[in-house]
Amino acid sequence: MTKSSKSTNKTDQVWIDRLLASEGATSVLVVILGILSGTLIVALLGKNPSSLFKAIWQAFVGYYNKGKGAWSVGPLGDTLTYAIPYVLCGLSMGFANRVGLFNIGAEGQYTVGMLAAHAFAVCIPAFPGQWLFCMVVAVLAGAIWGGIVGILKAKFKISEVVATIMLNYIALYIYRLVALYLFPAGLTNRTYRTADLASTSILKGVFISESNLNIGFFFMILAVFVYWFIMEKTKLGFSFRATGFNKDAARCSGINDTQAISLSMAIAGAFAGLAGACVLLGSLKFGRIMQGQDNYGFMGIAVALVGNSKAPGIFLAGILFGALRSAYSLMQFMNIPREVVNIIEGLIVIFIALRAGLGKVQEYRAKQKIKKAREQEAAK
Amino acid sequence: MSEYAIEMLGITKTFPGIIANDNVNLVVKKNEVHAILGENGAGKSTLMSVLFGAYSPDSGKILINGKEVKITNPNVATDLGIGMVHQHFKLVHNYTVTENIVLGREPRNKFGILSLDEAEKKVQMLSEKYGLQVDPKAKIEDITVGQQQRVEILKTLYSDSDIIILDEPSAVLTPQEIDELMDIIRLLQKEGKTIVLITHKLKEIKAVANRCTILRRGKYIDCVDITPETSEQELATMMVGRPVKFDIEKKPCNPGEKLLEIKSISVNDSVGVEKVHDLSLDVCAGEIVGIAGVDGNGQTELLYALSGLSPVTKGQIIMNGKDITNMKIRERNEAGLGHIPEDRHKHGLVGGLSVAENTVLKDFYTLKYSGKLGVLMTDRIFANSDKLIEEFDIRSGQGSITPAGALSGGNQQKVIVAREISLSPNVLLVAQPTRGLDVGAIEYIRKRLVAERDKGRAILLVSFELDEIMNLCDRIAAISKGSIAGVFKAGEKTASEIGLMMAGEKSKEASK
Repeated sequence: MTKSSKSTNKTDQVWIDRLLASEGATSVLVVILGILSGTLIVALLGKNPSSLFKAIWQAFVGYYNKGKGAWSVGPLGDTLTYAIPYVLCGLSMGFANRVGLFNIGAEGQYTVGMLAAHAFAVCIPAFPGQWLFCMVVAVLAGAIWGGIVGILKAKFKISEVVATIMLNYIALYIYRLVALYLFPAGLTNRTYRTADLASTSILKGVFISESNLNIGFFFMILAVFVYWFIMEKTKLGFSFRATGFNKDAARCSGINDTQAISLSMAIAGAFAGLAGACVLLGSLKFGRIMQGQDNYGFMGIAVALVGNSKAPGIFLAGILFGALRSAYSLMQFMNIPREVVNIIEGLIVIFIALRAGLGKVQEYRAKQKIKKAREQEAAK
Repeated sequence: MSEYAIEMLGITKTFPGIIANDNVNLVVKKNEVHAILGENGAGKSTLMSVLFGAYSPDSGKILINGKEVKITNPNVATDLGIGMVHQHFKLVHNYTVTENIVLGREPRNKFGILSLDEAEKKVQMLSEKYGLQVDPKAKIEDITVGQQQRVEILKTLYSDSDIIILDEPSAVLTPQEIDELMDIIRLLQKEGKTIVLITHKLKEIKAVANRCTILRRGKYIDCVDITPETSEQELATMMVGRPVKFDIEKKPCNPGEKLLEIKSISVNDSVGVEKVHDLSLDVCAGEIVGIAGVDGNGQTELLYALSGLSPVTKGQIIMNGKDITNMKIRERNEAGLGHIPEDRHKHGLVGGLSVAENTVLKDFYTLKYSGKLGVLMTDRIFANSDKLIEEFDIRSGQGSITPAGALSGGNQQKVIVAREISLSPNVLLVAQPTRGLDVGAIEYIRKRLVAERDKGRAILLVSFELDEIMNLCDRIAAISKGSIAGVFKAGEKTASEIGLMMAGEKSKEASK
């Protein structure tokens, strides 16, 4: 709920003050710092850093495929495909964060969402529109998994951090148990597979046929819009934000903070559950028995941090992390260790954490300004 | 040797956005009682924190006993013979008096084992010498607040401080305990100590101080000698910067029907200790009832119970004829209960939300501000807050969109008052409405409360400032240990009589 009249009394601010005051600008700065540090590491390894930039560039625009003699936009497709779970898990983390909760459980919510979608795609005979049905149950499963944590937190004051970490593991092993013993088995020569998913449950590809980009992308965009609308425009979002900033004051003014906490965790879980369905039905497209965590949920934490837990920020940050992931495979062709991408991702998170340091810079500059004004006064 | 114990010259200390001390001078003679007078936010505490080494100044120098010193941390200050008694005591509650006093420099015997005998003797000796009666072996949790303060003073004496800083020492004391404190200060002076007394209470300055430095908005105003001729009015004018009216003009009270009936309620605090015991009180339309008492006698828990933040263990709360004892907070709001909470940062405002959003914090969900589908009507919310900003003279950098956390304390309180009054409640609970505010805001808020009274609202006021209660209220209830010690009309009893009731003496009328 911000009006566009921010320009008042800011005319005397230097650009750097404005930059430091803007959350979006600092996020961009953090990302640039992360990539520059990655460049340095590549250079230290004795490789040509320009390849790193080339890979990231290609992740957005594609490359010229000499074999085919045509321009390939496959990498862009990969970028956007990866961005689906990144953005959705970022929304999960961000939504809870706005209500003052630290949802480390996007991973588990993603996993149960995927499990639910898997169950309905593999155990039910094919019928038209099955994919939509699978996505709805995934959303519900994620919401329940998140909601459990919310209720534990709101009613019994159990730390959501501990509860979500535990539930992440519980989700993973439930997935394995259920998929191994309850789902129809796949062909015996293919390990870690269940039977194939019903063909009607697979998400249709869109735009870029060289990649797995699928209609899940539209649902992701819809989710971003829903996030923004609930949070910024509705009375429900108002009570969420008030609870997030100051739970005691919210409660004291009559907002039901117990309900806000439970409900927001459920909504957060729903986003992650949707991510699970999109990955299974859109990217993997086969009945997999999970071996370990997919880490989309954890990357969602970074995405939400870079995106400041705001809908547009999370969307852009998710696309960026998708591009880095897409560049991951491109870099191998360029003879750069692809782990550099992990390092860059890690550095971005570290730099985000250093944002507090920017506050210090702001403080220092404010002090200098007062000093200067004082000197000018004295000179008069 | 220099005749001055402390010379702080040209001290400047800035925090982001504010200049807490702007070229301030403080010169304290040896063996005098020197008061530092200023409103809340005038920079008194910052100046003392600089002297005690908690902050380092941006510029300026400090001389102790004529020698320039750099005080980088509190240990340096202690070594220089400066002792400080903080407003909020720093004591370990389950330790004894002596253990608290020796904390950090525990005496050991030759085997390196803690040995308190010597220390206890020294504490006993000091407490007799300076008239600070406390039992060295008593546990802190078993002694009164006044005695805890003496322990803090003993701490400074134990470490051989010659300069003792007392930060708002009377804030937590009853009128009788304040008198005793004044005697202690005089005795300390007689024994050769130099005392710095930080306060905004003019009576105390008149009572014990030799000289007084006045600060206003971070600036040094003046240093005056306190003589029997010094008038309080004069000091107040210097402190505030303009003549101050001490009394509030109000029409005679014209009470109507009972709007709030508290029927023998008991309330526990968050850890299950009973803090309010069998308390009954009525508040009528068109009157302000004040609860006079020392902090920690159940006022907080009483208000929690009335506002719905915590349940009662016994009794009934009737508002406007309706039993609200088990109602949720929102239901109470809708039934016409307003609440200006004691802790405005914790309970009153959501600092991260805008002023506009804070003004509708209690009714944003109603059809006035939300559509049938639950979508907020931003235009109406802003129109409402623009109106309130105008009416209540709320000063904010960017109007309605300013985050409430960015406002000054007085303006934050005005936002809360504006919100509560704009909901036109039948019963208004008000706790510590003027704590920490500048005089302008204090006057304004008191005036608004009286105006609400004249409109026929029932107001229950809790304040730890007896003057505020005596000035503002029509009836006064003295509270002690969670029970009402007596109810009487304003003007019937003197401050010291009320003080005795606050200290636990039941009035004759109440015991009938």
